Parts: sequence; C-alpha cells; structure tokens
Amino acid sequence: MTRQIAVITAGLSEPSSTRLLADRLADATRTALAVRGEQVEVDVVELRPLAHAAVDATLTGFTSGPLTEALDTVARADGVIAVTPTFQASYSGLFKSFLDVFTIDHADALRGTPVLLGATAGTARHSLVLESAMRPLFSYLGALTVPTAVFAASEDWGAAGQADRTAGELASRIDRAAGELAGLVTGRPVRATTEDDGFGEVVDFATLLSR
Amino acid sequence: MQFGIFTVGDVTTDPTTGRTPSEHERIVDTIAIAKHAEEVGLDVFATGQHHNPPFVPSAPTTTLAFIAAQTRRLILSTSTTLVTTTDPVRIAEDYATLQHLSEGRMDLMMGRGNTGPVYPWFGKDIRQGIELAIENYALLHRLWREENVDWEGHFRTPLQGFTSTPRPLDDLPPFVWHGSIRSPEIAEQAAYYGDGFFANHIFWPASHTARMVRFYRQRFEHYGHGRADQAIVGLGGQVYLARNSQDAVREFRPYFDNAPVYGHGPSLEEFTAQTPLTVGSPQQVIERTLGFREYAGDYQRQLFLLDHAGLPTATVLKQLDLLGEVVRELRPAFEAVRPAHVPSDPPTHVSRLAERAAGEGDEAASSDDVELVSA
Repeated sequence: MTRQIAVITAGLSEPSSTRLLADRLADATRTALAVRGEQVEVDVVELRPLAHAAVDATLTGFTSGPLTEALDTVARADGVIAVTPTFQASYSGLFKSFLDVFTIDHADALRGTPVLLGATAGTARHSLVLESAMRPLFSYLGALTVPTAVFAASEDWGAAGQADRTAGELASRIDRAAGELAGLVTGRPVRATTEDDGFGEVVDFATLLSR
Repeated sequence: MQFGIFTVGDVTTDPTTGRTPSEHERIVDTIAIAKHAEEVGLDVFATGQHHNPPFVPSAPTTTLAFIAAQTRRLILSTSTTLVTTTDPVRIAEDYATLQHLSEGRMDLMMGRGNTGPVYPWFGKDIRQGIELAIENYALLHRLWREENVDWEGHFRTPLQGFTSTPRPLDDLPPFVWHGSIRSPEIAEQAAYYGDGFFANHIFWPASHTARMVRFYRQRFEHYGHGRADQAIVGLGGQVYLARNSQDAVREFRPYFDNAPVYGHGPSLEEFTAQTPLTVGSPQQVIERTLGFREYAGDYQRQLFLLDHAGLPTATVLKQLDLLGEVVRELRPAFEAVRPAHVPSDPPTHVSRLAERAAGEGDEAASSDDVELVSA
C-alpha cells in the first residue's frame, strides 16, 4: 500500500537550507518506509508561494486555490515532515500562519498524525526552538511528534563526515528521525480515502434538542 | 420570489473623504434606505442586531416598527436576531408586537452572532452557542404556539404557567429563518422545524454555500415538510453597481480595500472570483445572481448588502435605483426556470392565512408544522 507523506517547508530563500533539510528528511523517510515494505508518495508543500493566500485567509476566514490544496494535502497525509527556519527564537510567522489557517477547515486533522519536526538556523544556539516552540505547537494540534527532532545550523552543512550522507552527526540524526517516523506511519491503519465534508457527523435534531 | 436588502448597521468612516457619520445620522439614514427599497420595488428590508460599537442596530424591532409605519408593502425582517444572547421571551414579545403593528408584514432570522464579548455581557458562554440557539428557539417556538407554557431548560429561569403577550397576529406565529455561515447544526434545526434557511453566502466561497443548502434541503425532506427542492432557501449577496463595469470597480475599490470585514486582504478581483461579490454593470449582476440557483437550487429570497464599509447614504440610494432595475429583470428570469412545484415565495402572513383557510375545509389535511413539531 502507498503511504502519503506531506512535507511542509517554510524556507524563504531560493534555494533554502530549510528546503535542503526537508528534502533530506523526506529522502530518509522514503528509504526507511521502503525497508518496511511500504510504498511512499511524497508531496512537498512550499509555503513561500502561499504566503499572500495565507494572510488573506486569516483576514477573510476562508481559504482558496493552491492554499486549499496544500492544506488538504497535509490533512490527508499519513505522516508529516514540518521544517521551519528559526526567527526570533521561534518558528517563522509564515509557518505559524499556515497552521493557523489549517485549522479553518481541518480543526482536528493532525490529531494522531505522526509528525517529524525540523528547524534550521544560523547557529546551533537556536537548537532548542524544536523543543520550546515546535513541539508544543504540534502537541496542541494533537499530533504524534517523533521523539527525534532534527536541527541543522549553517555549520552542519559543512561538517566533517557528511560527504557520503552515511556518517556525521546530522546525517545519523536524520536517519534516526526518519526511522522513527517510518515506524509510526507503518503502525497506523491506512487512512480512509472518503472525503469528510463535515456534514457526516451532524447530530440528529432530536438528540440536539434533548441535550 | 422576494428580493431585498440587509444591513449590518455599521458606522464606518468613508475612506475616500475621512468623514464618519454620527450614530443619529446612521439610524435616520437607515430608515431612508429602507423606504427607498420599497420605492424601487424591493420586497424585504432586514437589519442586523449588535450590541457593540461601531454598530447602531441594538433595538431592531423599534427600527423595524418605525419603518413599517412609513411603508405599505415592504416585509421587515432581521439579519440576524441573536437567539443566543436575547431572552427568547423578549423575542416572542417584541416580534409579536411588530407583527401586529406591521399587519403581518414581517418575519425574522435567527442567528448566533460572532462577537465574543457579547456572550458574557449577556451572561452567556460563546462555547455554548449552538446549545443556546437550539434551546432558546425551542422555547420561542412554544411561546408563540401555546397559551400556557411550563418550561425548564439550562439557560434561563424556568417558566410556570407563562403566557407570552401579545399572542401572534391571527394566531399565526411569525415565519422564521435560520441563518448560518458554517454550522450544519443550524441547517439541521431549520430543516427539523420546516423553517427557512438563509445562507449568508457573502463572505465565503460558493462551494461552501452549496453544501450547506444541499444538506438543509435533504434534511427538510427527511423531516417530512416536502420535497428537498421545495425547502425555503434564502441567500445573501453583495453588489456594487454602475452603468459600466469600469466605473463600478473604480468607485468601489477604496471601500473594498478598507472594508472592516475583508479590507487589506485579498484584492477586489480575487475576492470577486472567490465569493459572490459582484462589482459591475446591471447586466453583470443579473447574470451572476441568476447563477446562484445553479448550486443552491431554485430559491425564494435574495437579499443584497449595499450600505456598508463607509459608503455614503447618497451612494446607497443610487445603488438602490440600479438594484431596482436589476430586480425587475431578475424576477421573470428566475420564474421562467422554476419548476411548477417549487414555491416562488417564502411563506408570508397572507399566504399562510389563505393556506389555513383552505386547510380548514379539509379536516384530513391537518398536518401543518405546528402539529409536526409538538408531536
């Protein structure tokens, strides 16, 4: 069966180290799932092209077009990889805006979904952004966050032992996190493909009246 | 089919002049707008209910009764009556009085309201919005249909042997709509009672309205009030008109860009594409409005929002002139495509009196909504 992995990447430059980390995490997850006999489909959601739409949605209360498609992609994923740059000791505003509008149509969609957290920054001094900002955010959304979160500072991209992608601290951490995500995704039942339009769960009026 | 306007009643600075009308001006001008709606041939004027600045309509039945006294044909309604935070006993009394004063030229639309602090100001909790709407309306429904009410619920003090006065005109409770932007429970409520359902329609994409209306229609049939396509549906709409579309866009853009609800967000062009907002010539508005039935089905009431975002009253009155022309074209166009078994109009006092008179000659056909609900 095919597992859907959605990758949210909030990098702003082109190319960005955030996207670089997201791609590494996605590749490692694909490999880890393949080892477990699972086929994988990876959808990358780049937030930069959705920035205007995300702000508009916070003002109007509804989403449209490519933003709606991106939100739907995340909502139906079997597993999510979420990577943000670090801004002022936290996730970027764009990253948070995307999750803010995510809840307009998908209030509980991440509940129980395995999520691998990643962050980038200029220096390793920011590495606690993963535990102080990212993990509480996804805990609030009810996501099942993977124990190993991956932080990449600029210096990590030039650290020794990275060349063959098998050694070095960042690479081994990526592999460990991807393995944990793959394990959680594999352990889940396959998602039902029926679209929930929110009208399936409306309580019969007699029940509403007797509450 | 009924056409009309609905007002939010906002006092907003005109972004092109910097001028802000006083509350007095806004209230007096609202009367002028309603009277002109009748003059240009519209059928309905509806006002919102708000309890915070910058809105003036906190006492809708006072305003509506004043308009009723100065009009002959216009149906007075609300958009919406806050059923969550207004005591249902007061709704029963106020609107029954309006019904008498207007000789039955009224109905009302239930809504929950979306201003957080209004709930605690009236001793309620916004997290119980749906429960309040359901319990309060169930009480209101009984107060208009039963002379002596014994009642106990969660949200107000119990009633023993209570009679709401005045009794409804001709013992016919006012027709009720239930308005909602996104809560299927409210569509379910409207369907259960066989009441009308009004989809706000103006701030959200059409696909959303389509799903809500379809759901209401299915449930209306489920509860035995008629076929799904006979359910009573109203839609909001929002237009700005000029003889040619370039002028309409040029004139409306500063108001759109600074509008309290959607200003500083999407462009006028984006919002026009995403929602039913139409800024253009009478012909464009006619075509867009006729398109609503393609996803909402043949419906009975179309209300437009005209007086908002700081538009000066003189402009609103001119908009009404153009809207009158539009509606003259829309009426025959909607009826030309409506199947014979689908009602053109929502129930009115006159039509329901006639229906009751017809029903009295036929004892067997006594299945009107009063008995269905009290069963």
